[in-house]
Amino acid sequence: MKVPLAFVAHTRSGDKGDTSNIGVIALKPEYYATILREVTPARVKDFFGDLVQGPVERFELPNLGAINLLLHHALGGGGTVSLRTDAQGKTYGAALLRMEIEI
Amino acid sequence: MIRIANGQGFWGDWLEAPVRLVDQGPIDFLVLDYLAEVTMSILQKQKQEDPALGYARDFPPLIGRLAKKLKDRGIKVVANAGGVNPAACAHAVLKAAPGLKVAVVHGDNVFERIDEFLAKGYEMRDMDTGHPLSSIRERILSANAYIGAFPLAEALDTGADIVVAGRSTDTALTLAPMVHRFGWQPDDWDKLAAGTIAGHIIECGAQCSGGNCQVDWEKIPNMSDVGYPIIEAEPDGSFVVTKHAGTGGRVHTDTVKEQLLYELGDPKNYITPDCIADFTTVRLSDIGPDRVGITGIRGGPRPETLKLSISYSDGWKAIGTLVYSWPGSVAKARAADRIVRERLVALGLTFDEIHTELFGLNACFGPLPNNATPPNIDPPELQLRIGVRGHDRKAVDRFTRELIPLVLNGPPGATGFGEGRPAVREIVAYWPALIPRHEIETRVEVIS
Repeated sequence: MKVPLAFVAHTRSGDKGDTSNIGVIALKPEYYATILREVTPARVKDFFGDLVQGPVERFELPNLGAINLLLHHALGGGGTVSLRTDAQGKTYGAALLRMEIEI
Repeated sequence: MIRIANGQGFWGDWLEAPVRLVDQGPIDFLVLDYLAEVTMSILQKQKQEDPALGYARDFPPLIGRLAKKLKDRGIKVVANAGGVNPAACAHAVLKAAPGLKVAVVHGDNVFERIDEFLAKGYEMRDMDTGHPLSSIRERILSANAYIGAFPLAEALDTGADIVVAGRSTDTALTLAPMVHRFGWQPDDWDKLAAGTIAGHIIECGAQCSGGNCQVDWEKIPNMSDVGYPIIEAEPDGSFVVTKHAGTGGRVHTDTVKEQLLYELGDPKNYITPDCIADFTTVRLSDIGPDRVGITGIRGGPRPETLKLSISYSDGWKAIGTLVYSWPGSVAKARAADRIVRERLVALGLTFDEIHTELFGLNACFGPLPNNATPPNIDPPELQLRIGVRGHDRKAVDRFTRELIPLVLNGPPGATGFGEGRPAVREIVAYWPALIPRHEIETRVEVIS
């Protein structure tokens, strides 16, 4: 069955320069395996399309039931250079909650 | 056990937060984080115009307001409010609170030493792009080394009531009281990592105690009196995240996990001047109402380099807006955007980037591939937001005159131009680099 990521996770996102990071946290411990399987760097890169110009990296934090995603070259230059409303990627975590996953 | 509270997550955070932390319950240390990456350049400019400025000007009046309570209850304050002029900040604090002992940490500001470093052969390459610093030498606006907790702890060791630092790391503000009170050594890597992660959790103020929390956000109580976070630190490195009883907000594993992941890179290698902390070793559990217990944190040796925070001038930008109303607000805004771009071309103006958003439709993350905007959407109103940036200030200034005329000479239904033409702002860009640790010598000065 396909559902939005919001069914199994919550997120927080922010910036480091032109890189946005998204922490994806399982709402229940048993959802972590699903997140690991479904929220791959390739899927995330595809989901954000042109918004992410560089690669997507993923780190695992099993102790928190969480993954950390780094979206490189994703903020229009980042910081004070960027002309975007969301120059710091504050809303990228919420955006990712719309990604469809299989459960 | 010592209680360390954070009452300021950035310069501009809630003015009442530090006052309420003092008034609403017991704390031993109040830490205040004022500096973002770009703040230093703003302060450097203020100092160039007036040698008595260049620090967070909210800080001295705050200490004046709290002085009697701090003294009566023995609460110590650690803040990086000093910016590029910690000594001037300290003197302003003394003026506002004459009975207090103030210690200043010097040595982070290397603005005057850049040529010395270049002459020694340090290239100070941009950690993101790899370009050498020499390529922007003439445009540098500020340069500071991130310093860690030990110089701040040394300042607390003097018996100071208030410690004023410049560019210390955010996490060092929280770790320093632990080093000071528990006597932790420079190679107690696990304990230093624990204090560093405690600092990471509270460095953004209420963002770990209910603010910006996605989980059941509508049910988080009494956010108008949100309790800012408090660390109850133990000498063995374990700690509890909590807030004062009776305050609003929430401290829960959900809120703390979100903050642990905020602005995180490689979780196994969280590099600070004090240690390398491993976020994959954090064990956390809900141990009571608004109490999260944390144990198990491991760390590794500190790096032999310190990070430099360098800012430089990188051109000019301006962002302007107009509002288009129903019917056809999307089509009207898109037409107006085309007209502006054609007029800029006709004027022979070029920019590094022209960026257009239809605010209300695609500003935050745009029509994502899997969630394309419905083709027939016709919102009651839509804000057209156009930004340009470039190195020719005159071109950017000329752009700011191209929006308001559209009210009369563009598509129908434009409004919302009341603020006039947009301001041209200098782009202050950030240049992270590394320098050998031995080049940075800190010094503590007591003023009273």
